Amino acid sequence: MALGLGCSARPGNAKNNKTGSWRVFKPNFNSEKCTKCGMCRMICPEGCISETEDEGFTPDLSYCKGCGLCAAECPVSGITMEQEEK
Amino acid sequence: MEGSHAVAKAVKQCRPQVVPAYPITPQTHIVEAIAEMVANCELLAEYITVESEFSALSACLGASAAGSRTYSATTSQGLALMFEVCFNVSGMRLPVVMTIANRALGAPLSIWNDQQDSISIRDAGWMQFYAEDNQEATDLHYIAYKVAENPEVLLPALVCFDGFILSHTYEPVDMISQDEADRYLPPFRPVQRLDADDPVSYGMYATPEYYLEFRYEHDQAMKRAKKIISDAGREFGTMFGRDYTSLTEGYRLEDADIALVTMGSLAGTVKDAIDEMREKGKKVGLLRIRCFRPFPTEEVAKALAGVKTVAVLDKNISVGSKGAIALEIKDALYGKSPMVLDYILGLGGRDVRKLDIKKIVELAEQGMGDQFYGLRREVL
Repeated sequence: MALGLGCSARPGNAKNNKTGSWRVFKPNFNSEKCTKCGMCRMICPEGCISETEDEGFTPDLSYCKGCGLCAAECPVSGITMEQEEK
Repeated sequence: MEGSHAVAKAVKQCRPQVVPAYPITPQTHIVEAIAEMVANCELLAEYITVESEFSALSACLGASAAGSRTYSATTSQGLALMFEVCFNVSGMRLPVVMTIANRALGAPLSIWNDQQDSISIRDAGWMQFYAEDNQEATDLHYIAYKVAENPEVLLPALVCFDGFILSHTYEPVDMISQDEADRYLPPFRPVQRLDADDPVSYGMYATPEYYLEFRYEHDQAMKRAKKIISDAGREFGTMFGRDYTSLTEGYRLEDADIALVTMGSLAGTVKDAIDEMREKGKKVGLLRIRCFRPFPTEEVAKALAGVKTVAVLDKNISVGSKGAIALEIKDALYGKSPMVLDYILGLGGRDVRKLDIKKIVELAEQGMGDQFYGLRREVL
């Protein structure tokens, strides 16, 4: 993002802000435990979890802020949060 | 003409399209006069009667972002109430021009003059001009708009003049005509503006990855403004005969041993005192700061290079430190020979007379400074 005069921005600009850079903890999805219930996708406040081709789920790390809600809600504890080194 | 009315007439000739204002002593006569001009259709502007100064400047912000030339005026507690919006206006790079009829800040409550109010928003990123007399206060408004709206600058500006001492004083003021004003100051052409058909958001959220860069850009614009102020001042001089090329004004400085430094109307008294001291053989001069932000550091260093002692007259104090002008002068002269002494005086409307200036020069000759001048010890 080039600096807009007076910190101004055109519509749709938020898509360019990779809010994933805010993240401290990264979710690790264990596909072997996953029962494909979809709870993680439903609870994600960023809407960044999507279904994969093999019907599992995966977060878009460009936007995942690492809130950990998916890990807390997963009924089979198939998601773990790990501190990320940057 | 009364100072406030001269300023109001100059503002009218600058053709602001939106004027949100809230009355406060001693600024009232300016906004009353403008309200009358709008009511009489002499000025085609939207005059917004707001419920506070916070709203006044907020309305300026919105109107300026929408592409209008905007104006307001305030002082003291009113400016203090605008504090938050001041940073938003300058950060969004909106060229609002506002007059400050300088007044002390409470508590204790005072309606009288010093320069604590505008000095206290020194770091808000607005340009700050200080007028010595009503002629200059009037002229600075045309210059302020011209510089503020320059695409290389795009920063708001305060035109400060001393409350009551100038605002309520009748002086001859040479007004330029509307045609001349229009030739000097063309209509505002915003680089971007709020427009529903071509949407843009202002003042977005900047993460730590961007904030520093925005402040850098802001500072760069302020630094570029130095030359643009000078150019606009020269053009004003060429067109109307009163030259404002320099951001400072030197008075009998050439061979001076002692230089007094101040801003605003006090300079008039200082000049008279200097003339009398010169007759008695004292080599005293004055450097008046007309533009406090951006601060003309190089110009000041050059002007004061030859003097032995600099006595700074500050009508403000950064409590726990020194007067704001003295700090700037010390910075400009760091590593150079003149001794800089600071005198805090005239706060809350305390009169400063020629004899006070002479006493200060005597103190400076003895190397005594960095003090409040004129304290009534008997009431302490």
